[in-house]
Amino acid sequence: MSGFNKVVNSYEEAMAGLEDGMTVIAGGFGLCGIPENLIAQIRKMGTKELTFVSNNCGVDDFGLGILLVDRQIKKMISSYVGENALFEKQLLAGELEVELTPQGTLAEKMRAGGAGIPAFYTATGYGTPVGEGKEVREFNGRKYIMEESITGDFAIVKGWKADTYGNVIYRDTAQNFNPMAATAGKITVVEVEEIVQPGELKPTEIHTPGIYVNRVIKGSFEKRIEQRTVRQS
Amino acid sequence: MALSREQIAQRIARELEDGFYVNLGIGIPTLVANYIPEGIEVMLQSENGLLGMGPFPTEDEIDADMINAGKQTVTAATGASIFSSAESFAMIRGGHVDLTVLGAFEVDVNGNIASWMIPGKLIKGMGGAMDLVAGAENIIVTMTHASKHGESKLLTNCTLPLTGAGCIKKVLTDLAFLEIKDGAFHLKERAPGVSVEEIIEKTEGKLVVPEHVPEMTFA
Repeated sequence: MSGFNKVVNSYEEAMAGLEDGMTVIAGGFGLCGIPENLIAQIRKMGTKELTFVSNNCGVDDFGLGILLVDRQIKKMISSYVGENALFEKQLLAGELEVELTPQGTLAEKMRAGGAGIPAFYTATGYGTPVGEGKEVREFNGRKYIMEESITGDFAIVKGWKADTYGNVIYRDTAQNFNPMAATAGKITVVEVEEIVQPGELKPTEIHTPGIYVNRVIKGSFEKRIEQRTVRQS
Repeated sequence: MALSREQIAQRIARELEDGFYVNLGIGIPTLVANYIPEGIEVMLQSENGLLGMGPFPTEDEIDADMINAGKQTVTAATGASIFSSAESFAMIRGGHVDLTVLGAFEVDVNGNIASWMIPGKLIKGMGGAMDLVAGAENIIVTMTHASKHGESKLLTNCTLPLTGAGCIKKVLTDLAFLEIKDGAFHLKERAPGVSVEEIIEKTEGKLVVPEHVPEMTFA
């Protein structure tokens, strides 16, 4: 066994160490490229009071939505949460906190967090409710707000293939937030469709180098489609 | 007659130029893709990480890993590239997208736009809209001129929480095409058969009307 071997063989092992009150950064856009089995494992563990950083919150019975059932989520940091009736209900009842964050700012918060940059300035959200209470600075005649970066106790990521060293590639638009999430976790767990031997992935095609990854697990995936749209052939 | 959804899309399509990278918002803006003029090549940017969005897939081509920003299954066009959300918003926020088309609830004479939140009613989130309006130089907002109850959506001051401040210069409604500058809406074109008087009546914000307002024509 190499010192770089990141492979774990059970989902219990994959999520070991997750505790109540922790912050978890999750990849995925809608239901595309979500770490569905790692989410299911958190449901099983019953961990509570979690803060999730994720573009969306799944749907009622799939993705992060399943963690609402037993009220495991205390706070969501997301850009869009419109696909989930239970979410709206808990939010209106004051049982759930939400910090709506512009999508690009959210991606940059994760990227910067993983890169050791504590904050950055962006024009996005200036003059809107998102900018309220935030430091404003002018550069070259334009106003920008300061946004703080995000890191998590855990990052949960869905890849396509990984080697045993934790080098990961993503498939098509299932990439989305996953590469940034992968950099921003104290413990980053990646679940993939296939694990290969080091050397089987071309070094130039790696999206997430193994240095960011602590655990890799092979899963099987439902990959639910949210909006099945077809054209007549 | 007010413009149909298809006519709105057709009119916006005339703003496309050869070689444009374009981001089309959800709803009517998406229809613009059906009216790309012949002889013009544009590439559609989808904010979830796809540059070069193709048509919807056939039943055989459906792939859960290939979706657009509306979470619909799509295909990649020839010459497409696929990347992370950070890369996607670097394109958007870095001002690399040539044209952005999106819907709104309200716009005002100072180029403010409200499109993401109705307090007490709608709390879905802004998605990428705030990034798009802050990042783009060339934005067209498309919306109905007035609400179902006849209340103008072209205002002196937006009443809803803003998506962006001072960033909108062009608005296409079902009644008119207008530009925003110097604290006023400037009427540029009107929908076929729609009178200038009707547009004046349904525009709450300051409106500058030239002597001649051409009527849009559709094939």
